[in-house]
Amino acid sequence: MSKETIANATPSRTPGLFGGEAIDCDVHIAVPSMNVLVPYLDDYWREAVETRGLERHKMNVTGQPPNAPIFARPDWRPSQGEPGTDLATLQLRALDAFGTRFAILNCMYGAQALHHEDMSAALCGAVNEWIAREWLDRDPRLRASIVLPIQNPDNCVKEIEKRAGDKRFVQVLLPAMGEMTLGRRYYWPIYEACERHGLPVGVHAGSTYRFAPASTGWPSYAFEDYVVQAGGFENQLLSLVAEGVFAKYPALKVVFMESGFAWLPPFLWRANKTWRGVRAETPWVKQDPAIIIREHVRVTLQPVDAPVDGGKLERVIEQIGSDDMLLFSTDFPHWHFEGLDALPDSLSPALKKKILLENPLATYSRLRDSAPKEIRQ
Amino acid sequence: MNVNVPLPKQETPAEQGLSIVDCDIHPAPKSVEELFPFMAKRWQEHLKTYGSHVRQGLADALAHPRMTPDVARVDAWPDDGSTPGSDPEFMRRHHLDANGVEYGILIPLGRSGSHQRNLDYGTALCSAVNDWQIQKYCEFDKRIRASITVAQEDPAAAVAEINKRAKEKRFVQVMIPPRAVEPLGKRRYWPIFEAAVANKLPIGLHLGGMGGHPSTGSGMGSYYIEEHTSNVQTMQSLITSLVIEGVFEEFPSLKILLIEGGFAWEPALNWRLDKHWQRFKSEVPHLKRAPSEYVREHIRFTTQPIDEPDNPRDLRHIIDWVGVDRLFFSTDYPHWDFDDPRYALNNAGLSVAEKKQIMSGNAKAFYGLQ
Amino acid sequence: MARHVVAAVGEIADGGRKLVTVEGRNIGVFNVKGEYFALLNRCPHAGAELCRGKVVGFATSDEPGEYRLERGGEFLRCPWHGWEFEIRTGQSWFDPKKVRTRAYKTSVEAGSELVKGPYVAETFSVQVEENYIVIDL
Repeated sequence: MSKETIANATPSRTPGLFGGEAIDCDVHIAVPSMNVLVPYLDDYWREAVETRGLERHKMNVTGQPPNAPIFARPDWRPSQGEPGTDLATLQLRALDAFGTRFAILNCMYGAQALHHEDMSAALCGAVNEWIAREWLDRDPRLRASIVLPIQNPDNCVKEIEKRAGDKRFVQVLLPAMGEMTLGRRYYWPIYEACERHGLPVGVHAGSTYRFAPASTGWPSYAFEDYVVQAGGFENQLLSLVAEGVFAKYPALKVVFMESGFAWLPPFLWRANKTWRGVRAETPWVKQDPAIIIREHVRVTLQPVDAPVDGGKLERVIEQIGSDDMLLFSTDFPHWHFEGLDALPDSLSPALKKKILLENPLATYSRLRDSAPKEIRQ
Repeated sequence: MNVNVPLPKQETPAEQGLSIVDCDIHPAPKSVEELFPFMAKRWQEHLKTYGSHVRQGLADALAHPRMTPDVARVDAWPDDGSTPGSDPEFMRRHHLDANGVEYGILIPLGRSGSHQRNLDYGTALCSAVNDWQIQKYCEFDKRIRASITVAQEDPAAAVAEINKRAKEKRFVQVMIPPRAVEPLGKRRYWPIFEAAVANKLPIGLHLGGMGGHPSTGSGMGSYYIEEHTSNVQTMQSLITSLVIEGVFEEFPSLKILLIEGGFAWEPALNWRLDKHWQRFKSEVPHLKRAPSEYVREHIRFTTQPIDEPDNPRDLRHIIDWVGVDRLFFSTDYPHWDFDDPRYALNNAGLSVAEKKQIMSGNAKAFYGLQ
Repeated sequence: MARHVVAAVGEIADGGRKLVTVEGRNIGVFNVKGEYFALLNRCPHAGAELCRGKVVGFATSDEPGEYRLERGGEFLRCPWHGWEFEIRTGQSWFDPKKVRTRAYKTSVEAGSELVKGPYVAETFSVQVEENYIVIDL
């Protein structure tokens, strides 16, 4: 970290767009190279990195080429290095410009795509330590998701137990598509630990590509991979409900990030309709899936995938049947809107307030606890 | 809260004067021997000795058992106990006559040549199923039309089959399953689109297929509810592939019908495609128009299973966004999630003219039926 | 109120049913553990012949992976979309125990462990008189 970035790492005095009355629930940071993680590895892994040349191992994930326009808004790129690697840029462009009170950092790191469970655990552990030291320690507005080594749920639980004491970690981070559908009992130790610690389960767009990202096979283009993510989230949502995750862990919350949300209404209608006919196969699902989802699941705002013209966005939100589900996000430094137009202007003031502040506070108990009284109500 | 949807008098649709084009009827053989007259002896022996060789664990059954026998309505079993859809006489009485079917389009499922890893066997099976549809059903009742099934993983053989069948006008479309080995927009399948277009045949894409990929990007769901629903996401990624690969740039007159996937999800997919195209344009310079334009122009949907939002007004909004002219009524007879023509569209806020368009007008124009 | 004999006692076995037409209405008469109930043969959801569906118990569970079948023979699954109706009352049921959420719109009747679904199939009053099963229209 340069001297300049450290010197700039203080909260801005300017109010920004939202004057502190906003919580950004999806901001991306990136590990510039494995070298920054080495200080946080134990002897065994430090030597492994050195002797095996692991720091030469590029860890960028498939489907998210860091220079693709959608992942790198031009005016949000740092002067040097890849998007999301520079604190000063993030402070200026994401926090100060929007006047954000808190921002939740999501670090989608390639360790989740490795096959060696313990290597992944070591690297994810180092990432989380790096996030705490190099980001959370340097700006009191920052919060983060615990990057989990999803390959092995027991390793995930160990990491959760290690990080849970640091209340600046406000949720856990899983990729939207992994080795199994997320509702499977294999993953339940993670949910048990999350429920116990009051940590929502964050599911972020991205895949470890154990399978083709869609049931139709391997698309040719990154554009397709990105579009079909929404379908991936739909599959996971139904898995979480049908497998009874919310029946087993009634206090658990799940947050879908960068998933879009215009697909939600027809999904809810279909889930209800089908469930009523096949209920007997999953008798622990005791009410309309839509009701369960409205209670337990939240979705970050970006990308806003309903058009703002002709009232379509309002109609979609109305069809979702709940004002509680949307959480404000910029998805910095991804490019989904121009200027500061993160929050569509056509929304009512009451709904804007819910999205910007009330819903995030209701979702993240750790944010509530650390929020100043005036925004906690 | 008791919400009883008011139902009209207990008459059959035919008694009500309804006349429909049913774009999704499932025939079935009583036994596999029914296909033998349409197969060379070599393939009869192959079927008996080796049988299905597919990309899933169970060779001859669905890996997610359904909630009713043979996926069917409990009341659709012919009197002799053979499987629903296997008795043309019963189908005529129970469905075509009773439900006012003016034209019914066959969509054969089950043991399908499209799923077979042995491509020559798959081709033989498809050919047999095609003959069987005409001989057993179309010959029996003039209202019935058929679909040309093809082994899509062998595009040359599929093309030959299409060219062979095109002269028989009771075949109204080419049928390919959405879950193929690769997304159907990929160039390896383009010869099939070319043959369909050359023969002025639309392509019907009905749920199903065994391409070897799990039903989600994270593996298989455990339960039938997940599997049933995953077909919606399959349709989404199918459209995504067809559009983004440039199929509609290459084949500007290609017509596609998506069958049994529903349609309420389409507006959201179109919005998503258009929005992200803005950012990905440089990856796909072959696309000259916004993705949703291709979708609206080339792709149509059958209505079953009709969506049932809590607020019926929401269904009308969706229909407005999709377009009345792009919806084709279907029942999915004899499957359990059957849509009855008397009731399925009653909550959609449709005018009489719009309902007639959806119940028969759109399909007649699409398939050239008069 | 017109009264109609629809069957003789003993004609409908326990767990069985008889479909009859009375005054132009199609009705299913069910014998559930020695008691008789009558339902209009039309599903209030989408018009299927409800009384042709399978007679079943109610599958319930206290947690994922646990399965119990309760109240065997007391429910009817619509032959089309599989919705479950209690034969005794025609009431559709989605949930066998108290619902653990504040958002669910239906009500729990005092003393009842079942939560009602939004649909009710039409029922008819049935009496046994001497050797006959009689329904009131």
